[in-house]
Amino acid sequence: MDYLTIIQILDSMLRLSAPLIFACLAGLFSERSGIFDIGLEGKMLASAFFSAAVAAATGSVWLGLMAGLTASMILAAIHGFASITFQGNQLISGVAINFLASGMTALIGQNWFRLGGRTPSLSGDGRFLPIEFPFAESIGKIPFLGPIYSELLSGHTILVYVALLTVPLTWWLLFKTRFGLRLRAVGENPEAVDTGGVSVSFLRYRAVLICGLLCGLGGAYLATGMAAGFIRDMTAGKGFIALAALIFAKWRPAYALYACLLFGFLEAIAIRYQNITIEGVGTIPVQFMQALPYILTIVILAGLVGKAIPPKAGGEPYVKER
Amino acid sequence: MKNLPKWIDLVLIPAINLFLAFMISGLVVVYIGENPFRAMQIIINGSLGSAYGLGYTLYYATNFIFTGLAVAVAFHARMFNIGGEGQAMIGGLGTALVCLFIDWPHWTIALPFAIMSAALFGAAWSAIPAYLQARRGSHIVITTIMFNFIAYSMMVYLLVHVLKPKGQMAPESAKFVAGSNLPSAHDIFGWFGMAFPKSPPLNVTFLLAMLACFLIWLFIWRTRMGYAIRAFGWSETAAVYAGISPFKIIMVTMLVSGGLAGMMSINSVMGEAERLLIDSVQGAGFVGIAAALMGRSHPLGVFLAAVLFGVLYQGGAELEFEMPAVSREMIVVIQALVILFTGALENLVRVPIGRIFMKLNAKQN
Amino acid sequence: MDTKVQHDSAAPMIELRGISKSFGPVQANKNINLKVSKGSIHGIVGENGAGKSTLMSILYGFYKSDSGEIYINGKQINITDSHVAIEAGIGMVHQHFKLVENFTVLENVILGMENSFLINTALNNARVLLSELASTYSLEVDPDALIEDLSVGHQQRVEILKALYRQADILILDEPTGVLTPAEADHLFNILRNLSKEGKTIILITHKLKEIMSVTDTVSVMRRGEMTATLETSKTTPQELAELMVGRSVLLRIEKDATEVGGKSLEVHNLSVMDKRGVTALKNVSFHVRKGEILGIAGVAGNGQTELLEALGGISPATGTMKIDGEEIPLHDKGSDARSRREYGVSHVPEDRQKLGLILDFFAWENIAFGYHHNDEFNKNWLLMDNRKTREIARQEMAKFDIRPPTPNNLVKNFSGGNQQKIVLARELEQNPKVLIVGQPTRGVDIGAIEFIHQKIIELRNKGVAILLVSVELDEIFSLSDRVAVLFDGKIIGERITEETNESELGLLMAGIEDGPEEQPAMESVA
Repeated sequence: MDYLTIIQILDSMLRLSAPLIFACLAGLFSERSGIFDIGLEGKMLASAFFSAAVAAATGSVWLGLMAGLTASMILAAIHGFASITFQGNQLISGVAINFLASGMTALIGQNWFRLGGRTPSLSGDGRFLPIEFPFAESIGKIPFLGPIYSELLSGHTILVYVALLTVPLTWWLLFKTRFGLRLRAVGENPEAVDTGGVSVSFLRYRAVLICGLLCGLGGAYLATGMAAGFIRDMTAGKGFIALAALIFAKWRPAYALYACLLFGFLEAIAIRYQNITIEGVGTIPVQFMQALPYILTIVILAGLVGKAIPPKAGGEPYVKER
Repeated sequence: MKNLPKWIDLVLIPAINLFLAFMISGLVVVYIGENPFRAMQIIINGSLGSAYGLGYTLYYATNFIFTGLAVAVAFHARMFNIGGEGQAMIGGLGTALVCLFIDWPHWTIALPFAIMSAALFGAAWSAIPAYLQARRGSHIVITTIMFNFIAYSMMVYLLVHVLKPKGQMAPESAKFVAGSNLPSAHDIFGWFGMAFPKSPPLNVTFLLAMLACFLIWLFIWRTRMGYAIRAFGWSETAAVYAGISPFKIIMVTMLVSGGLAGMMSINSVMGEAERLLIDSVQGAGFVGIAAALMGRSHPLGVFLAAVLFGVLYQGGAELEFEMPAVSREMIVVIQALVILFTGALENLVRVPIGRIFMKLNAKQN
Repeated sequence: MDTKVQHDSAAPMIELRGISKSFGPVQANKNINLKVSKGSIHGIVGENGAGKSTLMSILYGFYKSDSGEIYINGKQINITDSHVAIEAGIGMVHQHFKLVENFTVLENVILGMENSFLINTALNNARVLLSELASTYSLEVDPDALIEDLSVGHQQRVEILKALYRQADILILDEPTGVLTPAEADHLFNILRNLSKEGKTIILITHKLKEIMSVTDTVSVMRRGEMTATLETSKTTPQELAELMVGRSVLLRIEKDATEVGGKSLEVHNLSVMDKRGVTALKNVSFHVRKGEILGIAGVAGNGQTELLEALGGISPATGTMKIDGEEIPLHDKGSDARSRREYGVSHVPEDRQKLGLILDFFAWENIAFGYHHNDEFNKNWLLMDNRKTREIARQEMAKFDIRPPTPNNLVKNFSGGNQQKIVLARELEQNPKVLIVGQPTRGVDIGAIEFIHQKIIELRNKGVAILLVSVELDEIFSLSDRVAVLFDGKIIGERITEETNESELGLLMAGIEDGPEEQPAMESVA
């Protein structure tokens, strides 16, 4: 493997990690507030479809992005409605949201475009284009460090950079602000928040909506940044990989970034090399690489390598009156 | 909520939930620009209006009965087995191994072994999540989701690298030995001199599914283990007081659940495809969640809900044919809404209904 | 806060007028009136379920009262939620701390009172205040420690600091010493005295009379949702309070003949139990019960009764030895579960029928087999249970125990408390046990059912069964038991023959005043 190949794989890792980072941080906000969300996948899918559809119709990727965010946040609101206001089962609600998104996008897609559930291909202003950093070409010629700038860091769409920036932003919001303090508290012990005179429901609704917003960004990136249009079920389990990354990261923002980069890296390898042969060990099939994120998560869950302890109040509706 | 009469809980509330799901789906159809009542008519005619349609409807229903029972059994112990999809896939592997490499003289001999193998493989796939839940407290929902994906990757690998015959392009196993082919509805009706169309994949497994409903009913409501499972589901503290071991309950429940999901492959793999395909489950594991919620975790309810979803799946295919604007994903939307209303938004209907009932009751007294 | 409302210096700091609160059919508070003057420490005593915590939760705005008025410093305040209570200067230290375990002390202190979007300022302010409070009230605690790393005593200090950070003038403490060691409790009382010296008003909820006597200025007694007395602490005695707490209600003494007392049936030696928080809840408890004898375990609730019952019933593991008719029974690991315990002939009527004794969503007949579902009588064969026969057995037992309605096909949650208790009793008594352990058999049960339940227990004793009766109702102990042991702070601190003791003597023991020299001083009766 030569140097440039490594750079290219890392480049592709960044590209593939971005949607995971969005979804993983989305899950982080929701679960830190005590609302389990296995509907990340569905929200991303809805956003992917509506962003691509509106971008295709209007020719403006920004309008598309708005539509995608709206769709994702509507689904998030439904989840909040079921789990906070109606104290329903958060897991079942998540399952329902995934199906709702999968069915609705295909149904409406077929109805609008008659392309078997696809949207038309996006081009020009209809999608997010790579941003070339200044002097990328000339700096790229500098040996060793040059390609890191020109190949790895430069040349992504804006949403990739937004994803990377969201990580410190999330950390700051969570650990440095009043909102973050309360958010973390409500996921651990809602009674502490309630006796402190702060509304549990309002806090949780905000967390769930932020979750919707971030899933929306992830979905929009899939359809208008990474690809040029929507195809059926294009999230292909990314929402669940993000969920796995969240557990892997033990619900912490910086670790979430590392976990998403790791899982993105595995995907990049799997795409580039169908089967990897290691001398003396044998061939590692591509399917193993694809399953590795899930296997690693199970290992973490089993407590074999450090135990993953979810927010204590997660999954339980908050009921005050006895 | 205080105790509502049984008929409200078992009939009225699910009916209202179903009605809400249909109503919203109907609005979607209207939005698409078609007549929802005509769509309904097409669905019903296409699925129940002919022996041909019925053959497909009940074939789908057979799948959903097994996966629905799997989810329902776990619900009785307050566990949410979302891994039916993966367990059914691995169950299919168990079925395939039995049907590929042994030259069975007759299907009646092959079937019991295939059932055992399918159930065993499905149960094995739920064993690790069950153990992690019972001993480590790792959430069963998360682990079973992960196992769904691991199962899928494993099946792709096995089909591409191991089970695919040399020289074949499609990633699927060889055709099963002839002695393992199950009689279809066409064959069975033929024995009695009756006619049934040849193409629907409905086969003898449907009878097996009905038997499974009965046996699960017996298990849950007539055996000591079922009694212990239900007690544990209602109250873990009381179960411990009564000397019921939570570890044992979680393991047994999940193994039975996984086994049932695995047995779905008898219908789809052994009965229909007669070879192992990459996606032999096709979402039936998830439809099982809807069927179990709709059927209130009772085998009879699961049976009825499974037939309902069979109707939707078969009718949905017809609908797509007759009304090209409405694709068959309409069914997934209905399914999602059923899960949403019967599962997550239960209180949306239950609380007001309960209040109305209490008021009526107070007036009578 | 400090308003221009005419300030009546004589006005009490806290005044409650006619507070009532019901949870469904249960009336937790009935028309409560209370006045507490500024700068005093006021105690509220009462048994579990007497309504103390509910009353304080209303004052703190966690529950809303159905009726009544609250005056703080002479001004009527409508406390709609905790926020209003905090504004009015009320702080509360709950029995179960409301702390975020993986937060630091500082983060917990400022939670809900951050004052600005960024929490840095608040953290710094809190740090300064904490060090001031630490020196004024000896409330030292490491501000950067995580709660989960702190001892229970220190966690409690954080709760107090939280209230003081919110500038509370009134501090309510709900059973503050329940989880503390004696040394920690003494330290807490010092803190409370300091606080009251600085003008803070303190309400101390407890069932430990010793604490009331040592730290409070005035004291109120609650019983069954009512405030039965308010006294000056210096003018009362632990005995008087104990009697007021337990009540002198209708005495239902059951006629009970002396019986042949047989050999030792249940022997317990050096039984110790750690509770869920790792605190030793039972310390080397030893006793025995003979055939045909009832041993009553008296004591104020929360002194190890629950742990004793759960250890004997096979619900939680313990150390020490337990023998039934001379045969040793495992107390932990293999063979120590509740099912094996039943197979040894131990029946258990738990103190919490709803959480332990019954499956509320099961039918009455299903509950009749609960815990004994492996017994032949409830089974058809190796595989199937015999539901028809179980229903028949249930019908007979329900008739025998006068359970109403006598229909086995009725969900247990539809029965009244008394009838639910009778279902448990019917199930456990009809198993012909060698040993019966009973916890609070008549809690939340109407008078008629109490008498019936008592009779059934006596009948079983007369049949020669060894019975261990754990009850916080002194009346019940007196009317049923042959011998009484008093449990205090996880230890048995005294044992008496029922006939040879009286309520005053037991009251002293229950208050933790240990056996003095042989003779008890004569009591001036308080009738």
